[in-house]
Amino acid sequence: MKHLLSIEELERGDMERILDRAASFAEVSGREIKKVPALRGRTVVNLFYEASTRTSSSFDLAAKRLSADVVNIRSVGSSVDKGESLKDTVQTMSAYDPAAIVIRSPHVGAAHLVAGWTPASVINAGDGKHEHPTQALLDVYTLRRRLGGLDGARIWIVGDVLHSRVARSNVIAFGRMGAKVTVAGPPTLLPRGFQALGCEVATTLDRLGEADVVYALRMQHERMTEAYVPSLREYVARYQIDGRRLAPRQLLMHPGPVNRGVELAPEVIDSPQALIGEQVGAGVVVRMAVLFELLAGGGGAAGGLRVERSDERTERQPA
Amino acid sequence: MRPVDSAPAAGRPDLLSRATPSADLLVRRAWVVDPREGLDGPADVLVRDGEIAELGEPGALAAPAGAEVLEGEARHLLPGLVDPHVHLRVPGDEHEEDLDSGTRAAAAGGFVAVLAMPNTRPPVDAAPGLQALRESAAREARVPVGFLAAITRGQQGRELTEMAELRDLGAVGFTDDGVPVAGAGVLRRALQYQRLCGAVLALHEEDPGLSGDGVMHEGEVSALLGLAGIPSVSESTMVARDASLALYEDARVHFQHLSARESVHALGAAKAAGARVSGEVSPHHLTLTHEAVRRLDTRVKMNPPLRADEDRRVLVDALRDGTIDCVATDHAPHAREEKEAPFEEAPMGTTGLETAFAALHSELVRPGLLTLGTLVERMTAGAALFDLPVPRVAVGQAANFLLADLDADWTVGESGYESRSENCCFAGRTFSGRILLTVAAGAVAYRARSLALVA
Repeated sequence: MKHLLSIEELERGDMERILDRAASFAEVSGREIKKVPALRGRTVVNLFYEASTRTSSSFDLAAKRLSADVVNIRSVGSSVDKGESLKDTVQTMSAYDPAAIVIRSPHVGAAHLVAGWTPASVINAGDGKHEHPTQALLDVYTLRRRLGGLDGARIWIVGDVLHSRVARSNVIAFGRMGAKVTVAGPPTLLPRGFQALGCEVATTLDRLGEADVVYALRMQHERMTEAYVPSLREYVARYQIDGRRLAPRQLLMHPGPVNRGVELAPEVIDSPQALIGEQVGAGVVVRMAVLFELLAGGGGAAGGLRVERSDERTERQPA
Repeated sequence: MRPVDSAPAAGRPDLLSRATPSADLLVRRAWVVDPREGLDGPADVLVRDGEIAELGEPGALAAPAGAEVLEGEARHLLPGLVDPHVHLRVPGDEHEEDLDSGTRAAAAGGFVAVLAMPNTRPPVDAAPGLQALRESAAREARVPVGFLAAITRGQQGRELTEMAELRDLGAVGFTDDGVPVAGAGVLRRALQYQRLCGAVLALHEEDPGLSGDGVMHEGEVSALLGLAGIPSVSESTMVARDASLALYEDARVHFQHLSARESVHALGAAKAAGARVSGEVSPHHLTLTHEAVRRLDTRVKMNPPLRADEDRRVLVDALRDGTIDCVATDHAPHAREEKEAPFEEAPMGTTGLETAFAALHSELVRPGLLTLGTLVERMTAGAALFDLPVPRVAVGQAANFLLADLDADWTVGESGYESRSENCCFAGRTFSGRILLTVAAGAVAYRARSLALVA
């Protein structure tokens, strides 16, 4: 694999290979010295055009734990704000010969564009409302650790699906891993035609009890003023996951950051059913595995797990 | 269709182009197709002093002294095409297109007349702007160009332009193309005022409240990509609204670049009810769908957006049965740096003049969805809708025709473009049908390098 631009382009075997490697990196994270030399001498550029805490910090940490040199560029204080085009920024960064560019952008397809402008491997860390593939991978990783596998699992994704790249990537990823996915939310926040992604669509939580996993999405306050829903009060009444709606056997996930008291009631956030902390922890090892896959040579798209140790001399895979 | 009530002031032509020597040429043995003249067979066509002087049996005509002779065998001679909807970007965006490059692209595509939209910077909404453009066209245009003027000042949708004066100065019609006339009250006044000024009102139909910040067709592909959608009803509700207004005011209205099946149904219903309405459709809406957007190529970002295959099929059927009257390219050049942006940021529009005939010949005529005769009819009918003469292959008419090799395959963009811009939604596609010669208003406007003279 040369790039990770979307979950859509990954087969189940690709995901399993990456997540198996993530599990082996989890063992490294348990050591006192949490570093391996896999990417020593290689450079990773993190290009973040949007606010991000979890994703940017975990990519930073993941690259450093693989011994890569890391350049972090955020839209605030960089030439991004001076009107430099995305293409110019990417070409400037490419002059440093990075092995990988990690890009977070408010625009759909930004990672795809960047991949056309640089010889580096490109990782999509979120492109507008399109995809967030590493989030989907870490969510699958977290669920595999808890459930063993996703085959036959019933997963409900609840909330603002329209504006959520996490919903798109996760519907595809969960489905490819064998889960049965339902998305639910206010009709105004469910995109027309969303069934095409291979999920069911519901407008109420009446059947939420059938879910094994409830995955709540962040509900942004500005959606209220944009009249997608009449009021916070009505949203909470219909769609908030609280102790009443969440059955004891169900697992709860959320991509963060949580709006306490909006999409999730405080009592469920802090309950043992919530995997939110585990998701954050999985972020680092899964992103290490993605960087390793692209830069240190995992299997090709055809599968085939190569079992060499993490060796900086390992050749890059051809595109 | 009844003509509108008034013509421009006497002696002022609607269309203008630069002075070019009149052609004297003989095209021998070409297959001539002109459905309006009942022509569909081989013939010799003799042009003298820019006029079609004689049609003869194949091989029967002799070339007079000084006339060029072109071999037409295995080639088709068709009436020159007319495009009622192009953007030539003058004034204001000459880095994207100008009158010379835009009309060169038109000639290369077999067009012998084009109508330019007024959504320039500044918009063509007052006499001086229109006059300046017409003077430029008389110096620079390779094929005759007509100019539409704005319906409302600054295309702001509030006050009417001085439509009567603009019409007297040669405005071919009126449009706020690029944006809709959102307020029904304002549009109604424009329709009433048409009784004074004449000239067609051409309408870009879109409800801003429904389009929102949409960048592509609302459907399965937009759901997958996470792109904000433009629903089909954004267009069709406005077509229905304005068709009702046109019927009520007995006004003459032309609907631009129709894209949705619901709009076609609204147009058909309005015609059945007796409204004086017509419609156009673009080559890209007839041949591409929103599936093309999956790769996020900004060249397929246009407004109205490419829609579902069911819409495309309804558009093709409507073009065949005449519900939609004509083809218009909506040729919309954009600079490379503007299109080299994330999909949501890139401007809307594709070029189309150089590919329209080849695209429709390859995708509609070759598969048997449309006859060549019908395609020719629909690619020339735009002239009559704007009360302009329709090109005909007939003795005594000014020479307005094209010569094409329908079996010649070519790949779009392989030799660059005549247009100053390269944002063509068909780039990389291979089409059959190459324009070899375009004669516009009696003069040779385009000649392919491969076209050799016999004598």
